[in-house]
Amino acid sequence: MTFAVSDEFRDSFFEECCELLEAMQDGFSLMIDGRENVETIHTVFRAVHSIKGGAGAFDLNELVAFAHRFETVLDQLRSGKVRPTSELYLLFQQCGDHLSDLVSAARNGTDGNSETEALLLQRLQAATQIDLVPSTAAQTSDDDAGFVPLALEIAPLTAPAADTQHGWRITFNAASELFTSGNEPLPLIRALERFGPVKITADLSSVPSLDRLDPMVCCMHWTIDVETSETEDVILEVFEFVMDCAVVEIQPLTGADLSTIATPPKDAGSTGPDAGQQAPIALDDRDIAPSAPPIAATTAGGSASQTIRVDFEKVDKLINLVGELVIKEAALSQKIGQQQVAHDNAVLLELEGLKHLASEIQESVMAIRAQPVKPLFQRMARTIRDAAASTGKTVRLVMEGEGTEIDKTVLERLVDPLTHMVRNSVDHGLETQEDRIAAGKSPEGMIQLTAAHRSGRVVIEITDDGAGINRDRVRQVAEEKGLIAPDDHLTPPEIDALLFLPGFSSKQEVSELSGRGVGLDVVRSEIEALGGRMSVSSEAGFGSTFTISLPLTLAVQEGMVVDIAGQTMVVPIGAIKETLYATSATTHSIGLGEKMLSIRGCLMPVVDLGVKFGFRAEASDLRDRVLLVVETTANKQCALVVDALHDQRQVVIKSLETNYCKIEGIAAATILGDGRIALIVDPEGIARRATDFSPASALMAQTAHSEGGALETI
Amino acid sequence: MKPSESPEDQSTLEMVAFRVAEQDFCFDIMSVREIRGWTETTTLPHADSFVKGVINLRGAVVPVIDLSDRLGLGRTDPCDRHVIIVAVVDGQTIGLLANMVSDILSVDDDAVHPVPEMVSGKVRGFVSGVVLLEERMLRRLDLNSVVERSNPVAA
Repeated sequence: MTFAVSDEFRDSFFEECCELLEAMQDGFSLMIDGRENVETIHTVFRAVHSIKGGAGAFDLNELVAFAHRFETVLDQLRSGKVRPTSELYLLFQQCGDHLSDLVSAARNGTDGNSETEALLLQRLQAATQIDLVPSTAAQTSDDDAGFVPLALEIAPLTAPAADTQHGWRITFNAASELFTSGNEPLPLIRALERFGPVKITADLSSVPSLDRLDPMVCCMHWTIDVETSETEDVILEVFEFVMDCAVVEIQPLTGADLSTIATPPKDAGSTGPDAGQQAPIALDDRDIAPSAPPIAATTAGGSASQTIRVDFEKVDKLINLVGELVIKEAALSQKIGQQQVAHDNAVLLELEGLKHLASEIQESVMAIRAQPVKPLFQRMARTIRDAAASTGKTVRLVMEGEGTEIDKTVLERLVDPLTHMVRNSVDHGLETQEDRIAAGKSPEGMIQLTAAHRSGRVVIEITDDGAGINRDRVRQVAEEKGLIAPDDHLTPPEIDALLFLPGFSSKQEVSELSGRGVGLDVVRSEIEALGGRMSVSSEAGFGSTFTISLPLTLAVQEGMVVDIAGQTMVVPIGAIKETLYATSATTHSIGLGEKMLSIRGCLMPVVDLGVKFGFRAEASDLRDRVLLVVETTANKQCALVVDALHDQRQVVIKSLETNYCKIEGIAAATILGDGRIALIVDPEGIARRATDFSPASALMAQTAHSEGGALETI
Repeated sequence: MKPSESPEDQSTLEMVAFRVAEQDFCFDIMSVREIRGWTETTTLPHADSFVKGVINLRGAVVPVIDLSDRLGLGRTDPCDRHVIIVAVVDGQTIGLLANMVSDILSVDDDAVHPVPEMVSGKVRGFVSGVVLLEERMLRRLDLNSVVERSNPVAA
């Protein structure tokens, strides 16, 4: 096929492929779970079909060939000729994976794995008894044209004509008064389509230029070749009512002409996936092909989630501007507030409206960046399948909350750490089948991926039902590597936390999968670089759960505006568990100036932020001060002392590091309504330092020194 | 290091001249982004005394350095008449607190002299030369050294 396709189209084809592959994998998951319905198989079929069609337009023959065979099998399943079994579904899933690989290979201009393909095709053939391996030249050429199914659907209609190769050429020269007499050529041509495949050639030579065009006059003439066994009279009947305002001539078709109808010229399909609509026979397929795998439906399926692709920079710029708008708006209200305007003043009402608008715009703009975690999870599903195959374990993946949305940047940067973690779960977390059976568990391991919004953050959990963390072994390794002293007393969660230390890798032999010298410490620092936190919980014999908690966005945060020794600062709401007034009943002094807060039988250190930041010399009296209870990811609590709470608002995060440097205990800065800068407290960092007692956690604090640098400027 | 020095073939330098603690200073005008009036800063925890805090410069967080304090000439108690010279040094935008900006000068190369030997004290480390201009003597400020040690925490 010789026509240049710009890279832009190519790119959008591959983007579309990603969406289609996602839909396809969704369908397979449903099938495997036994939750499929009639629509599922259609969706999958359409996805594969659209990929094939598009690939044909771009000359990606390898992709077309596989997609075509896969599609054939799916079509047989769709029509009930192949019995669905769970083995077949699993095989489909693998074929889907291979199709994804082929798409990526095509995108990168590399070759797919032909061994895998041959193997898959053999298995498909064995499972379905469909002849897949040989591929005739004709078939391939049809594939290239990209509208195979349509041609296939037409075929049965032409069946009667097959033995008596027969057809008519009709020349339809409409007189200029065709329209004024209330006639329309299109229904006539459609009527001809009922007889068989048609090929229409429009003669546009007498159409004048637009400025001289009389829309009331028909200037077009048509030559219509129709392949049919009907007689001349039957054909002419169609034109009965236009005989007096058109010249209709009819003559029999030769064999050569006929063949052009049956196999339309190749270049007709070269215009892309929807070429079918431009192919001569498909003037409008609604009437002629009730059972056609509708090309129109494919497009409709694709547009179910209508999207536009926008340059990311444009969105970021918009977000930046909206941030400035919110700041300006706050500045304006502050200025008006200082003018001592009456409360019922119309200006205030208008201002209130503006405020709502501004915050709504901000939310909507932020939502543009947010994307569901589903594609990420599906990638993990693939990783898990591959990992399971290479370790010989059977793994069932359960996904929950795939619709949870998260900032696109965060999402992209989650791929590597998450891949590492799910591989870890399969490789280290789950036992071998024999061990599982011996432990009285189902031989099939389970890994659950969950995403959910929780108090302004996104929490992603990776749970396995394996043996849990072998704490004795972890301890032993940590001692061997000199990470802890043999006489250190560590609680179980502290031992679990050792896994995140640099230089820790518990598995003795380096496995193909996760043992690549990259430990969980790297995963953890990657997560922390995103402003996230990681923790692990584990129960011997029942499995482990790794929890990643991430900010919804890197650009704004919900914050509590507080007063600390005359300084206005912001504490992220997400970190605050509760706020309370300090009383002598609940706060106790321990040692020299050290204070502890006891609530509900829980003791936690009290950190006066004013002292911590050097704004005042000493924590004098805690009376009338406000305590903010914050919790670290390691489930340690700490009470932060502030002087007063002001209000709660969305703050735009600004980096301090661009022009200054990192400050301990400060996460970032923001701009308040009056245009002044307020610093955003890093409660996690402060609490972690305040609760650091054991040597292991002290070591962890050292490694985690960068958690505040997490926040990016917008 | 003299970041503000122009190419050798150019015989004149454009300098912005300003006063800090009754002394005249100057540096290459190309480093200056803007000059603005004093605005209240937000205090930074654990910062050096000469870091007055940060201000909002059209959405960017910019630290302000009290030049007088930085040069060891005593702390400034800023009021509305003080100015902040916003400069870019090594890609970082900083604000320099000064008493006033006096003028913008075209200085011939040969008017720039090395710092006299007998000058000692803190100032010397921040001055890359002196400019003699009629009755006046301007200290040419080396912005890099002003900024360098003002970020002690930056590793």
